[in-house]
Amino acid sequence: MLTLRINGLDVQAEEWWSILETARFYGIEIPTFCYRDGLSAWGGCRLCIVEIGEGKNTKLVSSCTYPVTDGLVVRTHSKRVIAARKLLVELLLSSCPSSKTIQDLAAKLGVQKVRFKVEHEDCVYCGLCVRICAEQMGAKAIGFVNRGGKIKITTPFDRKSEVCRHCGACMYVCPACQLRCQGTEPPQVVCGSCLRLEPTCTEFYPDLMCYMGAEGNCGTCVREEPKKKG
Amino acid sequence: MELANKENNENLLSILQDVQKECGYLPEERLRETAVMLGMPLIDVYGVATFYKSFSLTPRGRHQVKVCLGTACHVRGADRIGKEVGRKLGIVLGETSEDGEFSLETVMCLGCCAIGPVVVIDGKYYGQVTPTKVESIVRTIKGEIYAR
Amino acid sequence: MLAEVKADRIRTSEDLEEVRAKIIKGRSSKIPCIVIPSGTCCQARGSSEVVEAFQQEIEKHSLQDNIALRITGCGGFCQSEPNLIIYPEEVYYQKVSPDDAEEVISETVLRGRVIDRLLYADPNTGERFAHLSEIPFFKKQKRLLLANNLQVNPTSINDYLAAKGYSALSKVLQEKTPDEVINEIKESGLRGRGGAGFPTGRKWELCRKARGDVKYVICNADEGDPGAYMDRSLLEGNPHSVIEGMIIGAYAIGASEGFIYVRNEYPLAVRHCRLAVQKAREYGFLGNDILGSGFSFDIKISMGAGAFVCGEETALIASIQGGRGIPRQRPPFPAERGLWDRPTNINNVETWANVPLIMTKGASWYSKIGTEGSKGTKIFSLVGKINNTGLVEVPLGIILREIVYDIGGGIPRGKRFKAVQTGGPSGGCIPSSLLDLPIDYESLKEAGSIMGSGGMIVMDEDTCMVDIARYYTSFLNDESCGKCLPCRKGTQRMLEILTDISEGKGEEGDIGLLEELALVTKDTSLCGLGQTAPNPVLSTIRYFQDEYEAHIKEKRCPAGVCKELISYYIEPDKCQACLICLRNCPVEAITGGKGLVHIIDQEKCIKCGTCLDVCPPRFGAVTRLSGEKVPEPALQGTEVIRKRSGETDVNT
Repeated sequence: MLTLRINGLDVQAEEWWSILETARFYGIEIPTFCYRDGLSAWGGCRLCIVEIGEGKNTKLVSSCTYPVTDGLVVRTHSKRVIAARKLLVELLLSSCPSSKTIQDLAAKLGVQKVRFKVEHEDCVYCGLCVRICAEQMGAKAIGFVNRGGKIKITTPFDRKSEVCRHCGACMYVCPACQLRCQGTEPPQVVCGSCLRLEPTCTEFYPDLMCYMGAEGNCGTCVREEPKKKG
Repeated sequence: MELANKENNENLLSILQDVQKECGYLPEERLRETAVMLGMPLIDVYGVATFYKSFSLTPRGRHQVKVCLGTACHVRGADRIGKEVGRKLGIVLGETSEDGEFSLETVMCLGCCAIGPVVVIDGKYYGQVTPTKVESIVRTIKGEIYAR
Repeated sequence: MLAEVKADRIRTSEDLEEVRAKIIKGRSSKIPCIVIPSGTCCQARGSSEVVEAFQQEIEKHSLQDNIALRITGCGGFCQSEPNLIIYPEEVYYQKVSPDDAEEVISETVLRGRVIDRLLYADPNTGERFAHLSEIPFFKKQKRLLLANNLQVNPTSINDYLAAKGYSALSKVLQEKTPDEVINEIKESGLRGRGGAGFPTGRKWELCRKARGDVKYVICNADEGDPGAYMDRSLLEGNPHSVIEGMIIGAYAIGASEGFIYVRNEYPLAVRHCRLAVQKAREYGFLGNDILGSGFSFDIKISMGAGAFVCGEETALIASIQGGRGIPRQRPPFPAERGLWDRPTNINNVETWANVPLIMTKGASWYSKIGTEGSKGTKIFSLVGKINNTGLVEVPLGIILREIVYDIGGGIPRGKRFKAVQTGGPSGGCIPSSLLDLPIDYESLKEAGSIMGSGGMIVMDEDTCMVDIARYYTSFLNDESCGKCLPCRKGTQRMLEILTDISEGKGEEGDIGLLEELALVTKDTSLCGLGQTAPNPVLSTIRYFQDEYEAHIKEKRCPAGVCKELISYYIEPDKCQACLICLRNCPVEAITGGKGLVHIIDQEKCIKCGTCLDVCPPRFGAVTRLSGEKVPEPALQGTEVIRKRSGETDVNT
């Protein structure tokens, strides 16, 4: 067992846990996108980033692929992390604005509009389909092809696969092709403010200040005595 | 990574490089054969074949014309050279001419920055190429090839 | 040519010295030696024909025993190729043609007379220099590594032995324990020359301490930075120095197998490496029980296949393992779990080449060169808008101004210096206000750039910094492996904004949005490619914000580069109807005739700039405009205003 500090709390974790697994164990929520229990961690969406380290040399790492170490200091909701997550979701939204999963994520993080040219893609390359096909179904019918801007997920030679097991797992797990929600003014504006869970106190403090589970719905401490950051 | 496949997997890139050299591209049949021979899933071989720029899944021209677009060449106006070469050959960057003679591609730095802009045709290097030089280079090459 | 010594497998350090002595004895050091550099770009300039001409000339006069001819790799002064150096005086001839062979041999080699027209002349003063060490380009350099390129024919292991090659290895295997070697490298202060500058000794130590019986060392020769070719020149010119370094490193770390991962765009380097490894095996420097020490090690050559991202350590490992070159997050670092999940130490070509030098001369000698935090020398490729293009090796801490002006000879055609880009696509631009910046790891980082692998692209007033940012971002977007969202999409969105700006579609707020995208891409990308991709954008915004604003607010490109923002115009009262631009226009957009003013059809014009290039300077009728409306064209059929000969335009 090792000890690490998450959001100011000292917690214990098994050696083989990732930061994400540890946080979840203790009920600390970190948004994820390409992560799924039962599949290997890919670390491609970067939404699960957390800030590690102290002082000047902190950096952002994806918590799903980062192994815990003794004495590690982790902050899951620092200002830097939240700003980064918001932009990442904005990038996802600008590629695939009508995916409900992405819209919900955007609503949760308070992203309400997109400043980039909107592309209506069917895929955001999270790789969940590839992983479930390879790891859970053992078929390896699809995979990543090309690279960079030309990347796609397909079968060899874009042809009907000989090893596909017709299980539908890839469609089941895909976040882009889930039930589409149009919102009130698609695709620039995303509604869902009811799901907005950004902690209010981070507008005044560099970190989440309260562990009562209110996560932004409260804000009492800040309304009564807004402490100005010196 | 299964260590049992270490020997095989390590050879994949050099096998593909050999096929590329032999055939001028990677035919589908050869990729399938390679997957079977190495005991690798076809999608893995296909994924590798499409990842690297030096592999082509479609036949390239018999004569490869490469224009360097490295930074030093870019600063010396390589963009113009690339377009000029394309104009004179009648093809666009990345394409192969209809008669299958020429294919035109860009390379990000051949390491010959001192003589930039650089154009390489069939392994022969031409340095300090200007738009006017392009005309004479292409004419000479075409002359040699079509004269046969 | 004197008969060369052929050695069998050398079994002990004593045997090595015997063989070395035999080789040196068999070569007369008294006869003059003509060295002709013939690396890839030397050959592109015709060095092979020069070599042939000299060989023929020597044969013709049966001078094989009187003159030695050595064909080597790149000498560094690429601008002057094809060049040759005549030892022992070090007479330096540049731009030599095959026809010069006879004169050079009969005049200089046999009679000691220097041929003026072949000497290097300073582009600014016209002064000529006869000897290598006098030439300004070489004077401020400290060519610890590059000088050796001229001492050896890279295909000859005997040359390397004659030049004291493999003596460092012999000394290490005889006298030092692995830990002592690591300490020596640590004390030398050597830092990785591939880009990140991580202390090499510490890296080796981490790998040595990692758990595992099987370990690997890798030489990263996937030099992908456009404009950088130092590694190519070292591998083509002196592959044994890299191999020797790797054997020493493997001994120190406890590795049994090594790989040299070379990009396939360097066919000559691949050939020379393969040959060198084969020869090293024949002589017993690779294989079992090297020099009787009990240490065994061998090297495999692995070729890249055209992916810039494979210069990143974990992507390189994935590539050697036969997969797509996809990086993974660290930890675990390759030193603990790398190739095939085993402890692996990866170093750059130049880093490995420094190792025999340090082990021979000692850490305290090495650490006296350079600055406190950046020891030793670094090879830079000085290219772009510079008079003396080539590879320069300088002590770290040297001032940028010295490199650009004293060594580089300044900017050609009297143009104004604008910036130097260091670190390739992962680096940033250093503007003229920072010409007195010392070149070392920390200073470059503070200035918003990085040392990188050593590319130094010089830019002048005709370079558009927005275009440069767009160029690099386009490159990185293309080379991105595509795994992580910020790199794949972040670079794409930055590219879209930069393209819009360069096409005159920039909007208020674009710079702010670029900065926001840049910071998040930098912060959240999985690997070094994405993390450094925003550097060119951020550094050009930092130092050249005025150029961005001109593009956005005034739709003007100050350097006259961005095609959508420039127009070419022929001034009717300057045009002398010489028909030159008309004939050279690739799309026939110019109309006019003899005695009639030439007019550019703006609809047809593709902005290639040929007309500006070919208009005779004494007329200077073609101008390039940006940010202003093109004046109305003259009416077709307007006659030119003939200038009397000798009359100059008062307004210029």
